[in-house]
Amino acid sequence: MEIKNSAQAGTFESSDILVMVEPVAKGSGRDIDLTSSVYMHYADSINNVIIKVLDKFKIEDVKILAKDKGALDPTIEARVETAIKRALDIQEGTL
Amino acid sequence: MHTKNILGFDVPDFIEGFGDVEHYSGVWNKLKKENIGETIISPPVKSRVAHTSKMKNSLKEAIDACNPHDGMTVTFHHHLRGGDYIVEQTIRYLAEVGIKDITLASSSLTSAHECLVPFVKDGTITRIFSSGIRDELGKAISEGHMKNPVVIHSHGGRARAIKTGRIKIDLAVVAASAADCEGNCTGSFGPSAFGSIGYAMIDVMYADKVVVVTDNLVDFPCIPPSIRQHNVDHVVKVETIGDPSKIASGTTRITKSPMDLRIAEMAADAIEQSGVFREGYSFQVGAGGASLAVAKFMRDKMKAQEIKGSFMIGGITSYCVDMLNEGLFNALFDVQSFDAAVSTSVHGNTNHVEISSDQYAGPYNCGCMTNKLDVVVLGALEVDTDFNVNVITGADGVIRGASGGHSDTAAGAKLTVVVCPSFRGRLPMIKKRVQNVVTPGESIDLIVTERGICVNPNNKNLEVKLKEAGLNIVDIDKLREEVDKITGVPVEPKFTNKIVGVIEYRDGSVIDVIRAVDTED
Repeated sequence: MEIKNSAQAGTFESSDILVMVEPVAKGSGRDIDLTSSVYMHYADSINNVIIKVLDKFKIEDVKILAKDKGALDPTIEARVETAIKRALDIQEGTL
Repeated sequence: MHTKNILGFDVPDFIEGFGDVEHYSGVWNKLKKENIGETIISPPVKSRVAHTSKMKNSLKEAIDACNPHDGMTVTFHHHLRGGDYIVEQTIRYLAEVGIKDITLASSSLTSAHECLVPFVKDGTITRIFSSGIRDELGKAISEGHMKNPVVIHSHGGRARAIKTGRIKIDLAVVAASAADCEGNCTGSFGPSAFGSIGYAMIDVMYADKVVVVTDNLVDFPCIPPSIRQHNVDHVVKVETIGDPSKIASGTTRITKSPMDLRIAEMAADAIEQSGVFREGYSFQVGAGGASLAVAKFMRDKMKAQEIKGSFMIGGITSYCVDMLNEGLFNALFDVQSFDAAVSTSVHGNTNHVEISSDQYAGPYNCGCMTNKLDVVVLGALEVDTDFNVNVITGADGVIRGASGGHSDTAAGAKLTVVVCPSFRGRLPMIKKRVQNVVTPGESIDLIVTERGICVNPNNKNLEVKLKEAGLNIVDIDKLREEVDKITGVPVEPKFTNKIVGVIEYRDGSVIDVIRAVDTED
């Protein structure tokens, strides 16, 4: 799917991750910019979760800005998914 | 040559810049001999003509009078914590007059000492003995910017090292919040009051030269004389010894973190059921979150069951003072006061006793106070399934903690409880093997996490008691696996072969080494 809007989900709180999604030109690919308090220990793991969600929504062209403060995998997955749904305007319920 | 020590840690027989290694051999293996076969060093015999002045006009003048020279050992106490100005002023002046190759032996180093980084890098300071090292200084050392490995000792271990001359003090600089012209001094009152001056008490007995620095020169005599004039060479009045707001402030509050409170409550229940909680028991807690919170729950239990304790010891917080004043304990023995409210008690309450680090935890004497402990509650940066505890290096491998009285109290107490969350900021706290060991698992009885209590398998009786009491006892290997599933297994930091730190056990043997972090990437 194609990202049309910028959107975000999550917070700067400890054990959470702030995920910002921005549209990019078609064909420019996925640009994931990750900072994390546990970068040394989990950078690959966090990137993999983000990629998994992008795959699920079949998103090829996007810029993701992720600022992690030690979120667990389910939290990361949920935040990325929500940010993407908001960017795609398909999020239902409370925003 | 590299060898595994008896705990399985990779410690060589010889360390460049340190020397031959005496390997750790067990908690009491060396000390049970009673006569160690070493002698205590003799400090120089000093004399003084009557009615002559010890007063110097400045710290510089006092240092000049102490024969500063290359290779000298300078010591400090860390009771001024993050507010200390005196370490920096002394080292800066020594560097200014061209002194090189200094051994810095402060009882600990804090956030106030990041300013030492340039002096470590340029060879002004080439050796450090300390209980703790943090922040930028820890980082610089872990990145290999220092000539010789730092030596991390416990508070008791420092007393040992000074008495045996392992740390042979040329100059001891003692900051005091009140002092008189002869050098009688204290930390218990004055604008920069910090409470007990316990760590410096040992320095002044064995140093070649002793300088007392104060920002509060009082009429003779300074009462109480926590440190006494017959051990002091020079006295200096300065504008300020530190930033009072960072030295000690207010009262230490009990944490509001639900996680810490939960862990503390579980720990208190375990203490209650362990068999050591009874009339006349003795107790020590740290000042950290969950650790201090255990005191709150013990206070409630003591009141409810009308149990009165004998003494509390250690780093003393205002919470301990409250328990003394309520009559829950007979006495406090104070080597270090953690907040401003404690100073008043040190000054005014005869049952609040200032003690030296040697009396507190020294392994080389006829019996330190930690040997009389029934219960101690300690924190941890990480633990492992052999119950070993790391309190010195962070998850990134960088030196960022302090040995403190951790291994001293753990060895002495009948019941040693470590409180720590099962994971912190996603990082699991229970490892197969800690990155560095400061306190050996042999001296740990319980590790309490919010997911359950782990009992050291060498204490079967305790496990039976706690299980019978219905407490949530979990196997430490299973708990580790459970937590790893939640957090994922972290990628461990990489190290080079360069040894940047040597961790001494309290008895002077080497329990572990710290290697430089690999910054190539």
